[in-house]
Amino acid sequence: MPHVAHPAFLVLGAYATYLLTTYGIDPLLAGLLLMPVFFVFGLGVYQFYYSTFEGRGSDQGLRGIAFFFGIAFIVQVGLILAFGVDQRLVDADYIGTSVEFGDMRIPQRMLVAFGVALALTSALALYLSRTFTGRAIKAVAQDEGALRLMGANPVRIKRWAFGIATATCAIAGALLIIIGPVEPGLDRLYIGRTFCVVVLAGLGSMSGTLAAGLILGVAESVVLTTAGTAWAPAVAFGILLIVLGVRPAGLFGR
Amino acid sequence: MKRFSIGALAVLALAASMPLIFHNEYFFFAAYVVLQFVVLATAWNILGGYAGYVNFGSGAFFAVGAYTAVALYKAFALPLGLQILAGAAASGLLGFGVGMLTLRLRGIFFSIATIAVAIILETVVVNWSYVGGAKGLPIMRPTETPFFANHTVWLFFVMTLIAVVAVGAARFVETSWIGRGLRAIRDNEVAAECSGVPTLKLKLAAATLSGALMGAAGAPYAQYLSFVEPTSTFSLNYAINALAMPIIGGMGHWIGPLIGALLLGSVQQIVTVTISSEINVLVVGVMLVVFVVAAPEGILGLFRKFFPRRKS
Repeated sequence: MPHVAHPAFLVLGAYATYLLTTYGIDPLLAGLLLMPVFFVFGLGVYQFYYSTFEGRGSDQGLRGIAFFFGIAFIVQVGLILAFGVDQRLVDADYIGTSVEFGDMRIPQRMLVAFGVALALTSALALYLSRTFTGRAIKAVAQDEGALRLMGANPVRIKRWAFGIATATCAIAGALLIIIGPVEPGLDRLYIGRTFCVVVLAGLGSMSGTLAAGLILGVAESVVLTTAGTAWAPAVAFGILLIVLGVRPAGLFGR
Repeated sequence: MKRFSIGALAVLALAASMPLIFHNEYFFFAAYVVLQFVVLATAWNILGGYAGYVNFGSGAFFAVGAYTAVALYKAFALPLGLQILAGAAASGLLGFGVGMLTLRLRGIFFSIATIAVAIILETVVVNWSYVGGAKGLPIMRPTETPFFANHTVWLFFVMTLIAVVAVGAARFVETSWIGRGLRAIRDNEVAAECSGVPTLKLKLAAATLSGALMGAAGAPYAQYLSFVEPTSTFSLNYAINALAMPIIGGMGHWIGPLIGALLLGSVQQIVTVTISSEINVLVVGVMLVVFVVAAPEGILGLFRKFFPRRKS
């Protein structure tokens, strides 16, 4: 599915978190609270997409892409209209403090984000490999017809998967605003990062995703410190372009 | 062909006589933007509409044209005509490169790759201090303006000329065997290759032409604004407009992007002036989604539905 609006949902999650924290809720808790809301939202978006494109058999190609591109654009402009182009921050006990390991100082917000991200990814990986629905989600990408023969409804599985993906946007958005300020135009950069990680990992490989995320993170930091901040945006896209051109199957893909 | 040439000449004559009717310079300032979108939409449609490859990086092609022109103008004080040709050539080259990507990438991956190209180029320009880097660069307009009393009017006429050339090129592609080949690629690339359509050659030709036209649209941009700066030049607005206009107008026929660009471009100009420039961007996004969902064949499709051609 050509879901280019995913990074826009991520930024939406960050802003929703911001909105909840203005009522005095902890950003992480806000992310958790938002998950069911985003899950239902994701179900709705997929249902709409299905009934307008997939169900009519016209999802292949241009219109599906244009649809999601338009959605991403509307989210971005909507956020600009609602919040302005200023950067937004949240505040919590673990933001602004740091932990010392000998000579190293690690900001606590980074540790929190790292821990939650790791837990979330592991939980998703377990879910996808151990449960029936999780395996069905992996299967639907391979062969819809075969899945139907196994007695699972591919449309329901895909809707479920879309809901989960959107729900993770809520918590990921909370993490995003915990580690740094957020502005509406951010999704454009995250299109690059998201697809870079996914493609580098090889589609559908969860362990590869962790490794690819690590590679990208290190590469960005290296460029950030050696060439300067102005070059950082190009890193993810540069890696993405090289991988797409040389090995579209990714590092860990089959 | 004859009727089309006469029409093109009539449009040019009309554009040339506009200064006699309108004296407000803002009219030309706004009309220039609309025409610029006509070129971008038409160029996008050659690769996107005919061949089915969705380009999200129109802003990059536009900006490559603009920055090529700026660099050459700063270095050699090249006249506008040569700037446009150079901008078109540079963007055409970029188009060729992007066309090579279609060897391996289809669908969404091609689209993402074009975004990648746009962001990388933007980063390069931001770090390129000769053309102003992130700060931007003021451009002095030439003191002498050929043919017209006012430089804005002159640029308006030049853009009309580029638009006529772009629409003519698109029409040529569409009606010739090239267009048939591209449509075959869009419908089923493997089948097209098997039936002897030279798919790679055609895709490269379409991508190069599309890129060159976008570059030509971008080349006069710096002179038009007297200023050039990366964020607005690489703006996502070009990408979304270049994509939305053909989809809203209708992608199968050369007149579709023209209708879409004239309509959407004018609406945007009016909304920008009367309401706000943020709402204007929102209008494009909403219209894109509404049309994709409710009228996949665009305005042309609606027109055909309500006025079906009689079989004679």
